[in-house]
Amino acid sequence: MNEAFFDKKEYKPLDRVDGRLKVTGAAKYSAEYPLPNMAFAVLVGSRIAKGTIKSIDSKAAERAPGVLAVISHLNAIKVPGYQPKGEHPSEPSTNGQPLRVFFDNKIVSNDQPIVAVVATSLEKAQYGASLVKIQYIKEQHKTDLEANAGDAKLAAAAKKNPKSPTADYDRGQKDAFESAPVKFEAEYVLPTEVHNPMELQSIIAHWEADNKLTVYDKVQGTKMTQKNFAKEWDIPEENVKCIATFVGGAFGNGLHNWPHETAAIIAAKQVKRPVKLVLTREQMFTMVGYRPRTWQKIQVGATRDGKLVAINHQSIGQTSSYEEFTESTLMQTRMMYASPSVSTRYRILPLNVATPIWMRGPGEATGAFALESAMDEVAHAIGMDPIDFRLANYTESDPDKNMPWSTKYMRECYEEGKKRIGWKNRKLKPGEVRDGEWLVGYGMGTGTFGANRGPATVHAELDKEGNLVMHCAITDIGPGTGTAMVQIASNTTGISTDKITFHLGSSEFPNAGLQGGSSTVNSVGPAVLAACNALKEQLITMAAAKGNSAFTSAKPDDLMFNKSELQLGGKSAKTTLADLFKQNNLEKIETTNESKPDENRNKYSMNAFSMHFAMVHVHPFTGQVRVKKIVCCADAGTIVSPKTAESQMIGGATGGIGMALTEDAVMDHRFGRYVTKDLGDYHVPVHADVPDIDVYFVNKPDLLADPVGSKGLGEIAIIGVAPAIANAVFNATGKRVRELPITPDKLI
Amino acid sequence: MDKNKSNKKPEKEDHQESRRDFLKASSILTAIAVAPATVAKAAEYNLGEKISAAFETTPVNLTINGVKKQLPVEPRSTLLDVLREQLDLTGTKKGCDYGQCGACTVHVNGQRVLSCLSLAVMQEGKEVTTIEGLAKGDELHPMQKAFIKHDGFQCGYCTPGQIMSGIACINEGHANSKEDIKEFMSGNICRCGAYPNIVKAIQEVKNGGQKS
Repeated sequence: MNEAFFDKKEYKPLDRVDGRLKVTGAAKYSAEYPLPNMAFAVLVGSRIAKGTIKSIDSKAAERAPGVLAVISHLNAIKVPGYQPKGEHPSEPSTNGQPLRVFFDNKIVSNDQPIVAVVATSLEKAQYGASLVKIQYIKEQHKTDLEANAGDAKLAAAAKKNPKSPTADYDRGQKDAFESAPVKFEAEYVLPTEVHNPMELQSIIAHWEADNKLTVYDKVQGTKMTQKNFAKEWDIPEENVKCIATFVGGAFGNGLHNWPHETAAIIAAKQVKRPVKLVLTREQMFTMVGYRPRTWQKIQVGATRDGKLVAINHQSIGQTSSYEEFTESTLMQTRMMYASPSVSTRYRILPLNVATPIWMRGPGEATGAFALESAMDEVAHAIGMDPIDFRLANYTESDPDKNMPWSTKYMRECYEEGKKRIGWKNRKLKPGEVRDGEWLVGYGMGTGTFGANRGPATVHAELDKEGNLVMHCAITDIGPGTGTAMVQIASNTTGISTDKITFHLGSSEFPNAGLQGGSSTVNSVGPAVLAACNALKEQLITMAAAKGNSAFTSAKPDDLMFNKSELQLGGKSAKTTLADLFKQNNLEKIETTNESKPDENRNKYSMNAFSMHFAMVHVHPFTGQVRVKKIVCCADAGTIVSPKTAESQMIGGATGGIGMALTEDAVMDHRFGRYVTKDLGDYHVPVHADVPDIDVYFVNKPDLLADPVGSKGLGEIAIIGVAPAIANAVFNATGKRVRELPITPDKLI
Repeated sequence: MDKNKSNKKPEKEDHQESRRDFLKASSILTAIAVAPATVAKAAEYNLGEKISAAFETTPVNLTINGVKKQLPVEPRSTLLDVLREQLDLTGTKKGCDYGQCGACTVHVNGQRVLSCLSLAVMQEGKEVTTIEGLAKGDELHPMQKAFIKHDGFQCGYCTPGQIMSGIACINEGHANSKEDIKEFMSGNICRCGAYPNIVKAIQEVKNGGQKS
């Protein structure tokens, strides 16, 4: 093999392959397929948080112009998969019983969908929905996390399996904290945050035959959706098709199939027409999950010279009364630092609220707010620079799993981040640096997320003109999956990127898992690699069989395309693809290849790491916080698409600014209902809130994690951002805010 | 909505609609108030499918992306819903329906307008430009090119609104500095967080278009 040839493994910035479709309005999202005879459904939600429906008066709605049906538990067709014992057939990763829409008269959360009005136009459905009158029998609800914290419990999975990630965890000495020379203890609260992607959750449900369903659905997994609806409707999987070619953001809320999807499918069955259902922005707060409000308490014991002795970390996160949602809030506390003693206690609290779902950087982002704030607080208490304190407790192997890291390049991140943010301008003592009338502060926070990988399959076809077309069921919620896969294929084959197409977002395509948990490039990338190598192997075999001796002992790695010419080890193989196809009388060759995680996963701890640095200005009189600069450093393995990867980091940092400063779904517990339920009241960052964001990638491959060398990016982009900003605010003002968001009232 | 609505009045859609109850239809309540008694009477006796349709829609003349159209629209229909559901111009996006996110931004007579807060009937005689109307054939508008070059988007859902707003921002004279752009683009939310790249794209177009 020619080394110089393989040095071209460097990935260069590439414009998004679907960019043109997105800037011309041609990209079709789930509500944008114009089917003939479409009907429109609008959902009516409950006005109470707990109780039963006493009556539904739908007469006026039924008589309104254009209304085709008013559907509720009273008249909904029986969903075959709803089991008599109350089991829901789909199997989300949440334990428990997903809400069965229109099943009975029980109300389990406020704004639970209880009626669907279906009409010939959107306006008619909306008007019809306004005419439905519902009476309730109200029961006392519980929606307040803090007020009901005493009822928090161990997750069922942890009860069953003491090795479950949510089970109680202890290492080292139990009372190590008590005897530590320096003891620190604090409580932190993260409010409910809502994904709020720009695209409203939408579905078009179309029964193409009695037992044949097509959904155009905003989801993060087409195969998951296919499987769930096949079970729900008791039809063969191959009779369910899920199309999600473009997904207008999701950030986790498409990792679960929700009641509104089933409602649309029921409606389509009942009115015998395709039904389009688009949630309202308010319904995005109550029907498709959220990051759960979480209370945390952390104790950190250290020596006076900055060695950790113990960390005890506990959390209570809210869940619904019917599903047990859990996340990895406390996992990084076990492995981020070399603390000899660590204990974690993870609890959930079922309330009369809808089920939460993983939101970008799930759990870890919540946990990192407490852990990384506490690290900053302890460093301050012992008079150490917070970076020096972290470096003093750097761990060269995973202290939780007792395994070596597959790769870990955090030292590079500390060095580069310090330089880029201007850490030397930071003063140990808060409130010492000013810029005009503004107080200036510097802070940082670290993050980590598992370099997850699952099985994935890619079908690839190469024609005689050298066009490579691939298919995979994976979705792209925005990171640029198609672009990344095209780059991997181009790098593996030498075929130029404009001759490669990657089709995704359909359950008709070969298997892939969910686009979630930062696993896409790590999982689908290797399948692309495998398919490209299989095609090369076919070409080598073809060429060798035709007597081209140069190919006899060639391996896929040796073969590359240079325009139409084939090369072996960087030298011309004196044949072209067209010749080879002609000799064999072929129009195209194709292959389907699966790639799976290997046994390295049992030998190494595989994680991506990030480090975020923030420089903030705080106005001493108004308490206004302006983030002036953010530096993001990531050890995410190989960066296969530098351009879109940088955007992903910028996006994560932007989400982190929202977590830190503005996002807060406020519930009025008298009614169990959100009062901030649109984008005017629930504040996500806007242009004016976001400064220049500088991104640094270590960009060293982790070939133990997967053959592409990637460790995943989506989650670490946000994990650690909120504490970096909170720590910077402390450095600016000397005020420590332990309940997010850091609004001005908390600083003055 | 049936696509044929865009060029002709809706025909009888199904048996349900033929049984429509006139007096319950909010869209025509005002109409009923001023309608001759005979019409109201006809409605009461369910005689009025055609009369009803006539009352529910009103013709609007407007130019969309350079093409003159006469459309029957319901007075309650927003410009956004007419574009998306009646004309299948789905490039204009619905992100909130309350004028809070900017995803539905279009140009009306050259000014940026939130189409979710504008009733279609109010656009009589006006020129509407949507994202679909920006490119000249295969040649993209400089703002579209700049968005691709600077990766001013991820999921792409807010993108049409950002582009329409970005063009208007320059035309309004509000793109003279980075801070200016950020302020005057703050009505366009991008949850993926492509803001710095969007600002770069707008700056580049403001400073004379593509420099690749």
